[in-house]
Amino acid sequence: MTQAEIKLCSLLLREHFGEIVERVGALLVRAGAQPLRMLVGDTGLSLEQVKKALCVLLQHNLATFQLPKRGGVEYEARAERVLRILRYPRYIYAAKTLYGDTGELLVEELLLNGKMTMSAAVRKVADRLTETMEDGRTMEYADVSSTFVRLADTHLVQRCPLLPEPPQGPPGPAPTLVLDEKEMYTVPRLNLTGRGKRRRSCEEEEEEGEPRAKKQKADGEGSEPPPEDDGIYWQVNLERFHQHFRDQAIVSAVANRMDQTSSEIVRTMLRMSEVTTASGAPYTQPLSSNEIFRSLPAGYNISKQVLDQYLTLLADDPLEFVGKSGDSGGGMYTVNLHKALTSLATATLESIVEERFGSRCARIFRLLLRKKHLEQKQVEDFAMIPAKEAKEMLYRMLSENFVALQEPPNGHQELPNGHQEPPLLCPTSTGTPTLPQGPPWHLLRAREWSGLRMPLARSFCSRVTEVSCFTRYTDSE
Amino acid sequence: MAGSGRGRGRAAFTFNIEAIGFSKGASLPDAVCKPPPPFPSTDNKPVPLKTGEDEDYMLALKQDFRGTMKKMPYFLAVEEEREAIERYSKKYQSREKEHAAWTPDWRRLPREMKPRKKMKKASVKPRKAKSSDPKSNLDVLKKIEELEKKDDEEEKSEDEKDKTKDKEGEDDDEAEEPEEYDEEEHEEENDYISSYFEDGDDFGAGSDDNMDEATY
Repeated sequence: MTQAEIKLCSLLLREHFGEIVERVGALLVRAGAQPLRMLVGDTGLSLEQVKKALCVLLQHNLATFQLPKRGGVEYEARAERVLRILRYPRYIYAAKTLYGDTGELLVEELLLNGKMTMSAAVRKVADRLTETMEDGRTMEYADVSSTFVRLADTHLVQRCPLLPEPPQGPPGPAPTLVLDEKEMYTVPRLNLTGRGKRRRSCEEEEEEGEPRAKKQKADGEGSEPPPEDDGIYWQVNLERFHQHFRDQAIVSAVANRMDQTSSEIVRTMLRMSEVTTASGAPYTQPLSSNEIFRSLPAGYNISKQVLDQYLTLLADDPLEFVGKSGDSGGGMYTVNLHKALTSLATATLESIVEERFGSRCARIFRLLLRKKHLEQKQVEDFAMIPAKEAKEMLYRMLSENFVALQEPPNGHQELPNGHQEPPLLCPTSTGTPTLPQGPPWHLLRAREWSGLRMPLARSFCSRVTEVSCFTRYTDSE
Repeated sequence: MAGSGRGRGRAAFTFNIEAIGFSKGASLPDAVCKPPPPFPSTDNKPVPLKTGEDEDYMLALKQDFRGTMKKMPYFLAVEEEREAIERYSKKYQSREKEHAAWTPDWRRLPREMKPRKKMKKASVKPRKAKSSDPKSNLDVLKKIEELEKKDDEEEKSEDEKDKTKDKEGEDDDEAEEPEEYDEEEHEEENDYISSYFEDGDDFGAGSDDNMDEATY
């Protein structure tokens, strides 16, 4: 975690949860796993306040607890998860496009509350929807439940780890929550009947509605029986949303490069591989051309031959979004996820450099991306830029951390001009990631950083570059 | 940095200048004598932000979310200091406590998270002990007042009882004040302080100046 990211975490916590949670959370992010009394000592808050803050963080899945060997309980913050707060509007909007207003409100309620039982979520959303509907109409619980089930089926919401069924032996200092992979998306059988309630009593309600409303009110005011799904909590599955965004990015890239029909084909392929392909896989499972033909959306009536031609074109494209892995079944095709994301990230980086420094610097940068290490002289030759300007441009990019110097490895021959300094790319604190070798989510981070409208993060990141630029000058005095 | 070559009148560097890429004899760039300006003019302006219907909706969602979070029970704000004087407007400003205080599912959390019930009981006891003392004093005061008044105006005694009730929990010194006021406001229900104007022999006789009417 870089300093900038830590600062961003604490700002996000302050914005959404207040100062007390910010202090506790920031300390956890900075210092790692801590027991409770260390937190009380280091933050200077009272025990009650620290406890409440930890409860809030645990409720929202921003922190976890574990039982280390030496006993006691240690709390750890999930800094990556805190940064995802920036993306909440995107998640909610994606749910809206997929499942309408009901889906949108369900996801929003789950994000607001961290985790909820299904019955609580359905009730709240039904009430909210009823508020916005015209007078006299109410939202049935059954409709909201069915949308919830659809969200669970596509893995957009998942179950939280559960308490182990019978309590084992004497209770320890903390429960060990168990996550059953197979049960993560099974919806409990609930008998949720009823409809949403308005907050104020409407005189326009029909007579049938009134006695029922009164009865519901009486139930609510008295002690409620424990809900049938007590203990089964649901949370939003962020990884699945990220997959969705990844798919969207690939499809729109194909649409920009080729045409609408090819993007639809790629979208179909990705949809078919949604649940069969693991999230970090380099490519999807192979799909035969026949299968793709059958799964195309109803509106597209292209013939099988045309589909085959499109697939061949996609497979032959130098960007290698789609690859051909066999010939059975009319041709087996896969989507090369890692390669696609790599090219997208590279394109984003190149465009950032071009916008910030100009097209000639961009040329040098693209060279360096391709060749990895180059000497000063080689840069001038390959880029066909006069020496003095090339020097100036390289130094500008160096000062803003887009390019770095490195001593040559030993055994390199010494040329008459002394040390060779091959510039090479390295990860920096401004957020430019390494060239892809790890999982592709780092690439998505760079991509969204340039494109998304997130005022808080954007203004902060650009300030960081300004500061680093200035310190370089003062150091050289 | 360049070494000082004042003796020979010629600048010489302590390292090999060719290493950075300046060939021998080429003119060096100007020396930097002051820090760069804080806002240098840029040739390349930043790309405008992405706008569109989607982005506007997402921005509205974000602002909405921020506002809603502030009202949730999860938002722990540092408690403001109580104001010394109770403002009139406070009665009309809605203190929103729409969402009831939230209790987490204690079964899922470590045991140390749960607030200890023992502490609460201990704190209640001393409070009860303190609150009983001033009440006993005030009861005595009330009895004394009732004995003093014989021709009565029950309203007065009720007012005084209200006053003493209002001043519950205060020190004994302050509770004695109603006694002092009693004497003055006891006798007549008007705004005049009774001791200001004393009935004397000269009552009514001091207004003979410039009187046209004859006195009998």
